[in-house]
Amino acid sequence: MTETPLISVRDLSVHFPIGGAGFGKKLFVRAVDNVSIDIAPGTFFGLVGESGSGKTTLGRALLKAVPLTSGHVQYRDNGVDLDLRALSKAELKEYRKRCQLIFQDPYAALSPRMTVRDIIAEPLEVMKITSSRQETDERVREIAAKCRINLEHLRRFPHAFSGGQRQRISIARALVCNPRFLVADECVAALDVSIQADILNLLNSLQKELGLTFLFISHDLSVVAHTCDHVAVMYLGQIVEIAPTKKLFANTRHPYTHSLLSAIPHLDPDAEKKAIKLEGEIPSPINPPPGCKFHTRCPFARDRCKVESPEWRQMDDEHFAACHFTDELNLSRA
Amino acid sequence: MSRPLLTVDNLTVDFKTDEGMITAVDGVSFELKEGEILGLVGESGSGKSVTAKSLMLLNAGNTTYGGDGKIVLRHEDRDIDVLSIENPRDMMTIRGGAISMIFQEPMASFAPAITIGGQMVEQLLLHSSMNKREARELSIDMLNRVGISDAKARFDQYSFELSGGMRQRAMIAMALSTQPKVLIADEPTTALDVTIQAQVLDLMKDLISEYGMAVLLITHDLGVIAQTADRVAVMYLGKIVETGSVRQIIKAPKHPYTKGLLKALPDLDDLGAALTPVAGDIPSPLERPAGCVFHTRCPEIIAGRCNMDLPETTDLGTGHSVSCFAATPLVEAST
Repeated sequence: MTETPLISVRDLSVHFPIGGAGFGKKLFVRAVDNVSIDIAPGTFFGLVGESGSGKTTLGRALLKAVPLTSGHVQYRDNGVDLDLRALSKAELKEYRKRCQLIFQDPYAALSPRMTVRDIIAEPLEVMKITSSRQETDERVREIAAKCRINLEHLRRFPHAFSGGQRQRISIARALVCNPRFLVADECVAALDVSIQADILNLLNSLQKELGLTFLFISHDLSVVAHTCDHVAVMYLGQIVEIAPTKKLFANTRHPYTHSLLSAIPHLDPDAEKKAIKLEGEIPSPINPPPGCKFHTRCPFARDRCKVESPEWRQMDDEHFAACHFTDELNLSRA
Repeated sequence: MSRPLLTVDNLTVDFKTDEGMITAVDGVSFELKEGEILGLVGESGSGKSVTAKSLMLLNAGNTTYGGDGKIVLRHEDRDIDVLSIENPRDMMTIRGGAISMIFQEPMASFAPAITIGGQMVEQLLLHSSMNKREARELSIDMLNRVGISDAKARFDQYSFELSGGMRQRAMIAMALSTQPKVLIADEPTTALDVTIQAQVLDLMKDLISEYGMAVLLITHDLGVIAQTADRVAVMYLGKIVETGSVRQIIKAPKHPYTKGLLKALPDLDDLGAALTPVAGDIPSPLERPAGCVFHTRCPEIIAGRCNMDLPETTDLGTGHSVSCFAATPLVEAST
């Protein structure tokens, strides 16, 4: 990548301690384990994986909402250079203004006791960005219009709105303080397909208009395929494949990505039957399997996979995968 | 053609709420034949689940079923009118016996304080003449059938000890162990990951063809429907707007809503294509639009017609029927 990344993550790990195993031994949930990614400014960076793969934890780590165990996260934007593991109080405040989160469930994310106007204005008041009520109101109306919220609705309470409308309110709240970087955590998972497309289009146009950078977390590969520029596939706390979206879908190099793709039910009832079906379920991140973490479910696993953890390998330009046998497997979708 | 196993005719379901009467299901009719999978698709709030629950009278106490609506189940060579059953004891032959249900959220549908096995045995004791030991054997056998490893140990575990996919398998084992005539699967894979969803759907398809039961599969995912259902009914705001074989609905949809749903889906084979949402939001059930229920969001609206009159269900032949003025111009011209 020639451009300086907005967020650059190196060997990041997030481990949560859980109750000891006795005899003084401590157990850890390895939610994120040695992850390195670069997120270029002004792009949609997609993160996919099954539940329990650590997507959400990685997203929260980039917002500094969970303690980082080890590794580096660097935020660089127009001369602002912040190291997320060594933020001073003032720097953290500054970082909070620059980064926001859009939640999954628009029914749970909005307080039922606040009007839409108050919900959207709250970040401004908390971070003391605006100085007068008039200024706040102006800013709220401006952002509400951008998110296609009917300005007459600002006085109403969230219960009066449908899922799609609530998600637009939630997006407006995230954008009101002019952030640079947004984490959208499964932000369309709770919506119906007819509304989902509308929200995705809105995010896309906002991103272009305001020059935002998104970390777009989703379990739905087809949504990610349509939204993101870059995609990283996560499994048990590690990234197994990372590539520009088109390359990833045209030329899959990791068996896990391939099985995720082939598990999507095809819309054509006469479509050919899938190539790979995964057996079993994602193992526990407390006690992950040795070697390649995917070997317990991988249809191509060999003895080497059980002992030796695969290295990051560069396929071409910006395409990386972590698999011993990626060159021997012919995984591309014909 | 054999007589349908289950006939739903002009089913209307209203809920009495503080804000007024809500019509959740409005004049829905469909048939379910033996060995057939009928997919019921629609957005949230379209009345899919309420329709399904009506088949077992599981809706809440504030429900009224409309006057001439009928649900007829063919059971042991006699017809049972489900809606007119009053005695809870008679209802037992239907609930969990002739009709079983797989719920969406496997965590919420198992009792947390009773073991998986305990719940499986309990329903078998109620619905069959088995004794406890036979019921236990059958239950463990069923758990094995659905691919749960170490079924004997799982039998004595609680639902929180199982993973999501495992719980849904146990749910399927439980629903099928009484050998129901009709299986209702309400969003059976929505809470699961795609890889697990593929496993569970395969399993369901195998078991369904083995037991030869009729299935009502409720989902909002058209991909799941395309891969499993034989016939599809599309619901919007309490009405079935289009019915047909799965190929007719997916490949040649006639109703603007069905077309819109299909267009809104991201297509993996064409990444550059723009996503086209169905414009507008689904109206509140308290303010049901007059005329065609879909006219507020319809791109093919005929002014002065769709917002005034209710379109009739028109048979297009070979089992494909649609309720839309714009889709049936020929019929319109002849009247």
